This record gives sequence, C-alpha cells and structure tokens, in this order.
Amino acid sequence: MLGLLFFVFVLAVFLGLELISKVPSQLHTPLMSGSNAISGITIVGALVAAGQPQGGVIVTVLGTIAVAAAMINVVGGYLVTDRMLGMFRHKDGGAK
Amino acid sequence: MFAPDHPLITTLYIVASALFIVGLKMLNRAATARRGNLISGVGMLTAIVATCLLAGMKFHWILLGAVVGSAIGAVAASAVKMTAMPEMVGLFNGFGGLASMLVAWAEFHKWRAEGWAAYHQLLGPGAPDSPRFTAAAIAFTALVGAVTFSGSVVAFLKLAEWITGRPILFRGQRLVNGLIVLTVLAAAGLVTVRPEAPWAYGAFAVVMVVGLLLGVTSVIPIGGADMPVVISLLNSYSGVAAAAAGFIILNNGLIVAGSLVGASGLILTNIMCKAMNRSLGNVLFSGFGATESSGEAAAAQGEVKPISVEDAYYILEAARSVVFVPGYGMAVAQAQHVVRELGQLLEKNGAEVKYCIHPVAGRMPGHMNVLLAEANVPYEQLVEPGDVNPTIENVDVAIVIGANDVVNPAAREDPKSPLWGMPIINVDQARTCIVLKRSMRPGFAGVENPLFFKPNTRMLFGDAKASVSALVAEFKAE
Repeated sequence: MLGLLFFVFVLAVFLGLELISKVPSQLHTPLMSGSNAISGITIVGALVAAGQPQGGVIVTVLGTIAVAAAMINVVGGYLVTDRMLGMFRHKDGGAK
Repeated sequence: MFAPDHPLITTLYIVASALFIVGLKMLNRAATARRGNLISGVGMLTAIVATCLLAGMKFHWILLGAVVGSAIGAVAASAVKMTAMPEMVGLFNGFGGLASMLVAWAEFHKWRAEGWAAYHQLLGPGAPDSPRFTAAAIAFTALVGAVTFSGSVVAFLKLAEWITGRPILFRGQRLVNGLIVLTVLAAAGLVTVRPEAPWAYGAFAVVMVVGLLLGVTSVIPIGGADMPVVISLLNSYSGVAAAAAGFIILNNGLIVAGSLVGASGLILTNIMCKAMNRSLGNVLFSGFGATESSGEAAAAQGEVKPISVEDAYYILEAARSVVFVPGYGMAVAQAQHVVRELGQLLEKNGAEVKYCIHPVAGRMPGHMNVLLAEANVPYEQLVEPGDVNPTIENVDVAIVIGANDVVNPAAREDPKSPLWGMPIINVDQARTCIVLKRSMRPGFAGVENPLFFKPNTRMLFGDAKASVSALVAEFKAE
C-alpha cells in the first residue's frame, strides 16, 4: 500500500510539472488561484476528523475548524478564479 | 454507507483526481480556462461527496464548519477589489495550510486517545505496520501546514500594508532562523522516532508552534517586490501539505491533488525567479535591496526633467506608437480604468497602443493582466517584454505607470546594481519615455533608477490616476 502511495505521488508530481509548463503570463494569476483552490482537497481529512466519532470532542472541534478553514480556501478560491476569468472573457470581440 | 476501501468510494476519488487534472490542463489556455476551473470545482465536490458517503459520518459539526467557511469564502471572494487580489489569494492559500495542520493535529490526537492498535485499525487494511511512518507524515504535514498558514498571513499583512512591505531585518537573523529550523526539525524527529512516548505530544506541539514561528520569520525579511515569488512558493507549500496529509490517512485523492498543486506552484515560482534573474535562495534569504541603496548609484545621476500634463499631451498627440508599462503603482492608484480610456483615445487618434507587462510587475504572478482585463483591455494588446524590446527604438512614447525596477536600465548597464542581469523592458530606448511617478523616491527594492535621468525621459509627477485623468481631459478638450 505504501509503495503504491509513493508511486502515485511521484507520477502526480511529474504530471503536474508537465501540465503547467507552458502557461501564458496572462493566466498566471488564475492558474495560481485555481490551483490554490485545489489545495483545499485537505477538506477530505477535515471531514473525516469532524464527522467520525473517534478521538472524542477535541478531534471533533479540530475537525470542525479545519472544515471551515478548508471551505474558505475551496469556495473562496474557486469563486475568485471564476470572477477573474470572467473578466478575461467579456472583451469587445467576446470570448476568445 | 461505505467503508473507505469500497469500490464506489475509490472510484469517486479517481474521478475527482481526473477532473482536477483535466481542469488544470484547461487552465493553461485562455479559451478554456473558465471551464477548466469549473471542472476542477466539480472534482472537489466529487471528493467531498465521496468522503461524506463513508460509514459512521455524523454531519452536524461538518455542516457548521462548512456553512461558516463557505460563507466567509464566498463573501470575501465576491467583495474583494481586483487591486487587492494578491493578498486575498495569499490569505485563501493560508487557510488551506491551516486546515492541513489541523488535520494532522486531529489525527495525532485520535492516535494518542485510542492507542496505536485501534488507530492502526482505523487507518484501514493497507495501513503501514510501523507507527513511525504515520508519525513522520503527521509531523511533516503539521510543519508544512503551519509554515504555509503563518507565512501566508504575514504575506497578506505585508501586501495589505497593515505592516511595512519593506524587508524586516535584524542582527543575527540568520542565526535565529537557523535555530528555529533546527528546533522544529529536532521536534519533528522526536515525534517520528518515539510517537508514543509520554512527551511526544509536547514535541508535536513544538512542531506546530515553532512551525508557525518559522512561517513568520521566513517571510518578514522578503520585500514587497519579491512577493510574486513568495505567493507562488506558499501556494506550492499548501499543495505539499495536502499531499502529506494524504500519506497520513492513506488517501490517493489527496496525494494526487496535493502533488499537482505543489508542482504547479514550483513552476510558477521558477518562472518568477527567472523573470528577476535570481535564484530562489537569493529571493528567500537575501533581504533584497535593504542594504544596497545608496553610495555610487546616487553619484551616477544627471538632471531630472519634469513635464507638465499639457506638454505630455502634445507628445502623445503626435505619437504613432505608444506602449504602456504598468507596475504596482497603477494598482495602488486604481488607475487601470483611466489608463484604458487614455489607450482608447490614443487609438482613436491613430496611434498603435500596446500594454507591455513584465512577469513580476505587481505583487503576484499576472497581477497587471488581471487589472487591465478588469478595465476591459483586449488581451491581444497585452504583450510581454520579449515582444516589445526588439523593436522598442520604433516606439514613439513609452508611458511608465507606477513601475520601477522592471524598467531600470541599471539591470543592463551597472554590474554593481542588485538588479544586474534582470530581464527588463527597455523603455529608455524608446524615442520618448514618460514616467508617471508620485515623487523621486526609489522603488520598492530601494534601488536608484538611472532611467529618470536619461535625456529622453520626462517625469510627470503626481498621483498616477490624477495624471492620466488629466491627459484624458486634454484629449477630450480637443
């Protein structure tokens, strides 16, 4: 299992490096805030901590705060990226 | 409801990962970027749904956290001004780091409360036999998450100018930072080696507290002009923290998404460093510009030639080609809309108008592009230094609006300058260069700019927005 996790990890890093290598500079900000929203994936761990009974009240409290923090990251990140990209679209020639 | 290794749950996480990959890929091109962001958002929703389908989930606390977090995120995202985007992106990123740190803490607490045997059971069938692997993952996640959080908060404070944007330096700073790093590594090592010792919880607390301190001390010595590097690096960190959290709870979805973010953040960081001709180490550790502004640079000066709005108008009125070079000053003055208006008037007057944007202009990657897009400048007119520099001699007027270091010819001419070797926009080689500037103070990096003393440079002093508005008024008066 651990070997598989590292395998996935290394492949994902290389995939990430390949995916992003040639970004036009006008998209730097949206790319950054869009990928920033993806880092909110840690919400998965937060949900488990807040929703599962093990560990008692402290884990629940930590999990709940983590859910809130991750949701700020996720919702804020996606919305702000969408707002920016929306501005890139409505040019006089329309979307391009 | 389903066990964590149920095929449905696994499938949903795989779908989420694929959606993230497709979404990121689409963010690479202007035409598909918005849809890409949406697709990546659907991926996030898929991952959240998969997690909520796990057996034994109780939702009242989750709902509380999710409602509060979503509300804050939504309000902040829709209220933020485009000029304040760098600090907002930085802050959102910090919350991702905080969440990862808290997840690591919750997992460690669970482990300590239930004991290794029960916790090992909880981790599921593929759990590592040695507690040390999980302990190392917990300590690493907490550390990176803590650095991301406090580092992002400091970056936010600097960018919002709640604290000074200049490098904050003190004697023995490197020694202090070195001690902090050693302490945090030692504590993380102790947690890894003896996770079940009675004092291990204390060591874990040290990892978190000193990790938070490390985030602060590593960002305060970095000046405002280097913020694009810091913001993209912190972005990378938040991905690394999420991927590390995936190694705690053994979740491939977290590992894939976190690694993608970590890798893309690194690439952006690299692009930013290249645009300044500096290494990452130099950006992070040098306290750039805090010490080197004075002495011989000041000696190599000539006469500054101010220009009135009226005279600037006559120059522009006769110009056939005009290049705007915006910088952070345009963001501060919120001048993007009047700049666009001036650009339109110049075009109507028969001039060819371009906006040349340096990759590190402003306070985050692509900052100026966002502002000019907000002002409806068609992105065909937004060009990069490489497009303008080869033919800059044929440009009648280059208008520099609140940019400084990215047009500093010392980068080309003065091997002693801290900017030496940085690729700049060669506005000093245009026929005329008009610099809009509040006063003669040096730029954010604190480096003197010989551009202001060149024979073909004219200084239009005053607030950028007021100056551009006055020029617009002159054109309209015609």
